[in-house]
Amino acid sequence: MSAYEPVLLRRLGKKECQSIAGYRADGGYKTLERVLREMTPDQVTTQVKDSGLRGRGGAGFPTGLKWTFLPKGHPGPVYLCVNCDESEPCTFNNRVLIENDPHQVIEGIILASYAIRAKTAYFYVRYEYGFGTRQIQKAIDEAYEAGILGNKILGTDYSLDIFVHRGAAAYICGEETGLIESLEGKRAWPRIKPPFPAIEGAFRKPTIVNNPETLANVVHIMDRGIEWFKSLGVPPDPKNPRDAGSYGPKLYCVSGHVNKPGIVELPMGVTLRELVDKHGGGVWKGRKAKGAIPGGNSMGVIPESEFDIPLDFNGPGTVKALGLGTAAVTVFDEETSIVDVLYNLCRFFAHESCGQCTPCREGTGWMLKIVERIRNGQGRREDLDILEEVADRIGIMPGTTICGLADGAGWPVKTAIRKFRPEFESYLKEGTRGGVRLKMAGAH
Amino acid sequence: MATVLVNDIPVDIGDEKLNCIQAAERAGVTIPHYCWHPALSVVASCRMCLVMVGEKKPDGTVAMQPKVVPGCQTPVKDGTVIQTLDPKSTGAQQSTLESLLLNHPLDCPVCDKAGECLLQDYSFQFGKATSRMVDEKNTPPNKPNIGPNISLFTDRCIMCSRCVRFTREVAGTAELHVVQRGNHSEIDVFPGHPIDNKLASNVVDLCPVGALASNDFLYKQRVWNLKTVKSVCTGCSTGCSINLDTNKSVVYRLRPRFNPRAQGHFMCDEGRLGYHNVNSALRFTKPLERTNSGTQAIDWQQSVAKIDQSVRSAAQTDAGKIWFVLSPFLTTEEAWLLASYARSISPFCRIVSGPVPSHGVDDNYPKDRKGNPSTNPVKFTIRAEKCPNRRGIEAVVAHFQKSPATFADLLAACDRGEVAVAFVTSGYSTAFPAWGTETAERLGKAGFLIVHDMLPSALSDAAAIVIPAAAFSEKDGTYINHAGLAQTTEAGCVPQRGARTDGQIYLDLLGRRGLVRAIEIRKEIGKAVPALAALATGELGEHGVFVTARA
Repeated sequence: MSAYEPVLLRRLGKKECQSIAGYRADGGYKTLERVLREMTPDQVTTQVKDSGLRGRGGAGFPTGLKWTFLPKGHPGPVYLCVNCDESEPCTFNNRVLIENDPHQVIEGIILASYAIRAKTAYFYVRYEYGFGTRQIQKAIDEAYEAGILGNKILGTDYSLDIFVHRGAAAYICGEETGLIESLEGKRAWPRIKPPFPAIEGAFRKPTIVNNPETLANVVHIMDRGIEWFKSLGVPPDPKNPRDAGSYGPKLYCVSGHVNKPGIVELPMGVTLRELVDKHGGGVWKGRKAKGAIPGGNSMGVIPESEFDIPLDFNGPGTVKALGLGTAAVTVFDEETSIVDVLYNLCRFFAHESCGQCTPCREGTGWMLKIVERIRNGQGRREDLDILEEVADRIGIMPGTTICGLADGAGWPVKTAIRKFRPEFESYLKEGTRGGVRLKMAGAH
Repeated sequence: MATVLVNDIPVDIGDEKLNCIQAAERAGVTIPHYCWHPALSVVASCRMCLVMVGEKKPDGTVAMQPKVVPGCQTPVKDGTVIQTLDPKSTGAQQSTLESLLLNHPLDCPVCDKAGECLLQDYSFQFGKATSRMVDEKNTPPNKPNIGPNISLFTDRCIMCSRCVRFTREVAGTAELHVVQRGNHSEIDVFPGHPIDNKLASNVVDLCPVGALASNDFLYKQRVWNLKTVKSVCTGCSTGCSINLDTNKSVVYRLRPRFNPRAQGHFMCDEGRLGYHNVNSALRFTKPLERTNSGTQAIDWQQSVAKIDQSVRSAAQTDAGKIWFVLSPFLTTEEAWLLASYARSISPFCRIVSGPVPSHGVDDNYPKDRKGNPSTNPVKFTIRAEKCPNRRGIEAVVAHFQKSPATFADLLAACDRGEVAVAFVTSGYSTAFPAWGTETAERLGKAGFLIVHDMLPSALSDAAAIVIPAAAFSEKDGTYINHAGLAQTTEAGCVPQRGARTDGQIYLDLLGRRGLVRAIEIRKEIGKAVPALAALATGELGEHGVFVTARA
């Protein structure tokens, strides 16, 4: 595996990696030109579908399949929304792409737009990415100048406009219908589905929402072909009939208590242990790891003993974590209190819950209050059961909320308690002595 | 023919497009819900209506979906199976209720909504008796000045967002919105833009809990002490169906009553708050007679006798100089009785419709965001014609008077000194008067002016005899709205301090015995007047009947 040559990040650090001249010198936009001249949109869709590319945004939905959900023969307009509201904590794979190689993403956007016959694409970028926003805007301006965007791209009949929309810094805008609502100028309250965005999305028109990393992959699928793409990664797990396989390269973010936090591109299926020890430089200060979050906060936490899982779309599920998510690994060392970890996670989700559905709005707030109380030394043994039950019943999986944020808020809580219960219990015992006295209010 | 199975009860829904809540209602099964309202868009956010749904296959097997779905958002079709008693359904409902109560202050003893609160009702029916929450609750500050008529008790809010959607979708002015996120979400207005549109108070009815309260009703009554009757708003010719809430013959509140034939679900604030005349201390309670020595109260028998006597003596000289004015605030039955009395005196007595107060133009909703007229489909209209029964009165007048005179003719005759007796009924709202002092002065030139009104005015000052009128809340009868919809209204109060209803006075004038019964008179009208034949059934039902074919 060490021989793996990065593809998505291959231009990272090069002198001219951000400019259109540099991108073209490295062979950029050649694929686009060839595809626009030689292939029909349906052929592009089929090639992406057959490659087995799955969305890199978190849920891992097959990208080509999503594109085929658009109504056939729709008179248009059809929109492409690029979801660069990368708000999962410790995730920065899209940030690296748009800051350092924006033209690769733009080429992907044009290819995807061509495949779905969109004439307009919106690039939704989170507020915090100021530099990234300017980079992508600059790249778009360059592309317009070079005739790669706008009317009659590269002299073909295809035209596309890209608009950059900067969000206002809310986690929920990363949910695809929340993003669409926000794009329309409304409060980012996710929509009820069905109808899915492919049928009725932005401005009530069919819309495809994709992640920049996914779109960057599209460039290479069109360039190098299906066989190359399928030669990387992991085939479907025969034990899991719902696993569609995890092919292709993936950007892994490593952060937390490691010596060398950063981003690394690897074929899908690297183990968590390899990622931490080899690519992350091992746990800092010579300590051992206590556990890690395998793919963004919402995926849950797993202990060190389970670090041998492969980080593909199927792997984290085998140890009862939610999934691969954004493949952003956050490591915490043996001296970190799991109560503090959980408190921080709960605080994030209680702060970011949009407040639309009752179970999530009240559930995330309640879980935070309980964990805060435990942390302050006023925990009760039954609190752990309550936390588990509340975490289990909120989310789109039990059907009690509109979007998946609640699942993401529930999984860290239930995985932390199920996998680290002894530590919680000893904290409860010790913590009640000498703890800070918290005000308790009686209920009914 | 589509059949839906609700808890194994088959319901035939025909070809209607219904959701699970509506289909279950047909089966007599309540699916609790907060955010869903038939007149508003579906958001499926309160998650109270979660139920198990499945499908009955043609071979008789039932395939249930693996998880609960929101009933409000799930359409039903032939073969749909709804299970509200499934442990997954009841569990989801229980946990949603537990969540809703986490930050709810449970201040029912001081809450206006207590007794008609859906949070109370559903907690009792579907919830748990205890909460596991021991932590401190969020206590956001109340917002008593969210609008001139509305207070917001922020901590009671369950974020169903019905009010927000109402101001956006029906009023159109979009004053309300949600601020903050998560369990710190609150309903709020922009600074300097209170919720003051003319439909604003509907958000109080829409609020399933006690978060939005009407300042007019706040802390006046406990709702379980109120007696509710079905009535009709007399504010304009839309004729909104209302519930009239009274206690001990005092009107406390008007609420819209759903009527698809009249106005739909809502009513305007002009009508809702326009009842205060009814409780006014200035109202006449006894008949008054004006003589050279001043004004004095006389008793009811005397007043009826005096009116009858003056009318009859005038009829002996020239019955054409006797005028009866039927106000559009009279019920059709009252107008019929008074006109019958006029006819019993002489076929030459003149019967005219009272002036119709018209103020401004029809006010259509939704507006645009700035409150200007918009081109969206109209969902509610406040009509310029500020009286409830113009069409009913006109039908009665047309029946009795083949060549109808007008109110202007009466005024002209007054000017010429050709009016011996004028019997003027009034009851106009003080906010939208039909005449000014000038008209009152001209009417005062009549030889003998009888005024039948609720409140003192320039006209009653000029009258020889004033008889107290009953308010709309005190009488039974029928109003016919702008579209020809006849609706019955029920008395919620007895007339104040021994006063009599208008119908009773006219019945006494007619010399008919007994107490007035609107339903009998209604049947009488239906038989006699072909244009009002639809009234012949007597009972017009909850939604009323159209007296004419709809345009």
